[in-house]
Amino acid sequence: MSSNSFNRRSLLKGGVALGAGLAAPTIFTSSAWAAGYTNEPTGSTVTFGFNVPQTGAYADEGADELRAYELAVKHINGEGDGGMLNTFSSKALQGNGVNGKKVVFVTGDTQTKSDAARASAKRMIEKDGAIMITGGSSSGVAIAVQGLCQEAGVIFMAGLTHSNDTTGKDKRANGFRHFFNTEMSGAALGPVLKNAFGTDRVAYHLTADYTWGWSQEGSIKKYTEALGWQTEAAVRTPLGAGDFSQYITPVLNSGADVLVLNHYGKDMVNSLTQAVQFGLRDKQVNGKDFAIVVPLYSRLMAQGAGENVKGIFGSTNWHWSLQDEGSKAFVKSFGQEYGFPPSQAAHTTYCQALLYADACQRAGSFKPSDVGAALEGFEFDGLGNGPTLYRADDHQCFKDVLVVKGKENPDSKFDVLEVVEVTPRAQVEYPADLLGGELGPYNNGG
Amino acid sequence: MLTQTSKKGDLLLLLGFVLAVAFGPIILQPFGAGYPDLLQKFAIFGIFAIGFNILFGLTGYLSFGHAAFLGVGPYTAVWSFKLLTMNVVPAIIFAVVVSGVFALLIGFVSLRRSGIYFSILTLAFAQMSYNLAYSVLTPITNGETGLQLRQHDPRVIDTMFGINYGAELPSTTLFGIPMSGWSGYYFCGVVLIIMFYISMRIFRSPFGMMLRAVKSNQNRMNYTGLNTRPYTLAAFVISGMYADLAGGLMAVTDPLAGAERMQWTASGEVVLMTILGGTGTLLGPVIGAGAIKYFENIFSAFNEGTLLQIFSFLPEGLQHAAVSVAALFVGEGWHLTLGALFMIIVIFLPGGLMEGVNRIMRLFTKSGSGGSSPQATAQPAE
Repeated sequence: MSSNSFNRRSLLKGGVALGAGLAAPTIFTSSAWAAGYTNEPTGSTVTFGFNVPQTGAYADEGADELRAYELAVKHINGEGDGGMLNTFSSKALQGNGVNGKKVVFVTGDTQTKSDAARASAKRMIEKDGAIMITGGSSSGVAIAVQGLCQEAGVIFMAGLTHSNDTTGKDKRANGFRHFFNTEMSGAALGPVLKNAFGTDRVAYHLTADYTWGWSQEGSIKKYTEALGWQTEAAVRTPLGAGDFSQYITPVLNSGADVLVLNHYGKDMVNSLTQAVQFGLRDKQVNGKDFAIVVPLYSRLMAQGAGENVKGIFGSTNWHWSLQDEGSKAFVKSFGQEYGFPPSQAAHTTYCQALLYADACQRAGSFKPSDVGAALEGFEFDGLGNGPTLYRADDHQCFKDVLVVKGKENPDSKFDVLEVVEVTPRAQVEYPADLLGGELGPYNNGG
Repeated sequence: MLTQTSKKGDLLLLLGFVLAVAFGPIILQPFGAGYPDLLQKFAIFGIFAIGFNILFGLTGYLSFGHAAFLGVGPYTAVWSFKLLTMNVVPAIIFAVVVSGVFALLIGFVSLRRSGIYFSILTLAFAQMSYNLAYSVLTPITNGETGLQLRQHDPRVIDTMFGINYGAELPSTTLFGIPMSGWSGYYFCGVVLIIMFYISMRIFRSPFGMMLRAVKSNQNRMNYTGLNTRPYTLAAFVISGMYADLAGGLMAVTDPLAGAERMQWTASGEVVLMTILGGTGTLLGPVIGAGAIKYFENIFSAFNEGTLLQIFSFLPEGLQHAAVSVAALFVGEGWHLTLGALFMIIVIFLPGGLMEGVNRIMRLFTKSGSGGSSPQATAQPAE
């Protein structure tokens, strides 16, 4: 009995002593104590943190985002053909890293869960010394991580997040978004829907039950009801539901003649496929052909849904078939690297990485408040969306919005969307106070 | 670990535990785990698993819905931050009280059954809470987005004392000490030590003995005229409060509450932690919790670049082969590694990692290894 406890004691004591001896010097040299701002890079490299969904409903988008980030890092470090760096209107980046430091990166899996995303962002900030976090394929996650970055004092460059709230009521000074939002989608889609379906329609919404879905539903309602449409019902569906048949059955007899699918990623692929299988598109309601609208489209989703997307309207941030110099350069360089064209998720994250690096270079510092000042009110061109403004009031980019339609006769498996209209920037701009929220001051941490 | 306890042994165990918590950052630095967020998680999930072990390890009631309590904690705490004050003390007290009531309700219904029926009932309650948080209760829980702090929250008590956070988003404090980073870890660590001590007292008390008796043969106890329900209910409520304390601490170190913490996978995780570490042992659940969180945070972050570095000593061709094999087990594949480890432990060390530790110890103490070591018998994981 006594011998047993003696040995436990000695083991514990030994273990503790060994551990303390081994690591005693490291805690005192921990970089957390010094530095003027969080994770100030002192060596010859600077670390970016790429936080994307590698599992879950948005895994496809996440994988494409990661590819784009790796490509962006290559281009910033002067490897490869330079991609959109050559067409970018700002020429600050020289292809030798940022502020003379080589860019390296760490990655994390958000799992499309706020909790996991924050844990992995924290790891990148606290352990790996990331100076900036970027990524996210869900607005819920983006908002959660943006809040974390504000607290930690690093810049957050939002990836694919479409909810108004990211730069609306949940905006933060340390957060920046290149992607468009549901307000812009609504403003761009409104006139197109009016031309295609008229002003006397009854809409039925199926909405992913989180911040982006609510925001999307609100914006589409706002703009379609302004046209004279009625909204029959708006039903919330859980994110990642998989099977939507129980939500689609009631649509058949609801008296609605337009189904609006406020879904994204695999959810949209599933709900659209099932809606078509239920014969919604062959129906006649109120003497009109039944129509389906997918407000936020992406090429990856269209590919997943295959035949079913033909003729279905939606909006998108960017599409690889655009013929401006920036888009062509990006598609070429991405295609050479990976063998297929990039998605809009890849495009926006590539742009965000480049814009951040460029802002650091122009500011001559990585300090969040300096970088933020360089991004605020920044006018640029050559990144595939035409002349673009990073608005200072809400850290939101303003650029043209594409309205697209599922192509009837695709030439290849990537050629599934056709651009119906490029809605000019002026038409989708809105006053910054429309969406509420306030930025607050920058947090440099330290 | 039923036998062979002495006051001195317990004291030493506690002392060792205190030292391990105090020097945690230093000890874990070489393993790449010496950063505050992960250590906070170790401590928080340690508390969660200790609490779960009080129910599962002592009474043998396998709750598959413990995440419900873990999920309620953050909501209560974040609401306290929003409405009352950024000080963490009221938040934690509220979290524990609310969930105590919650556990009493669920326990009162669920404990009418035992064995698999109990497990399913608790699972059902947890899934119900999860779905409620996701849909019906959205005004309180903010659904999928999760509950977050805002600049314009009322914070009545803070306002009363004239504390103004200005335009900046406030962060949680313990009377002025920030609750993120290292101070947050030490706060969690102190709570963990206190909770460990309480759990130790329960294990050694007559109450704990009664709970063990429930595990070994509840029928026999009923036949002797003893009503076991109050004991099991008490254990259930204590265990639920532990879980909620852990949940509250989560919100303290990171003021965000989300419904995904209540998902059944989170309930399963704590079962894994406890079995991995050693059911019914004092230290086991803490070790199990640490192991799982380590895998989740460190192994999942390995990407090909990291692997190439690790295997850089090999010749080029071999290096790429090694990387492609190893890549299956890290990054997204960390679940696979964890699963394999779990199987190995359940098959070869049914008593969990603690059994392994005990076996190693017995190797060194030849004298005591005659046969009088009743604690080493496997406790199958129901």
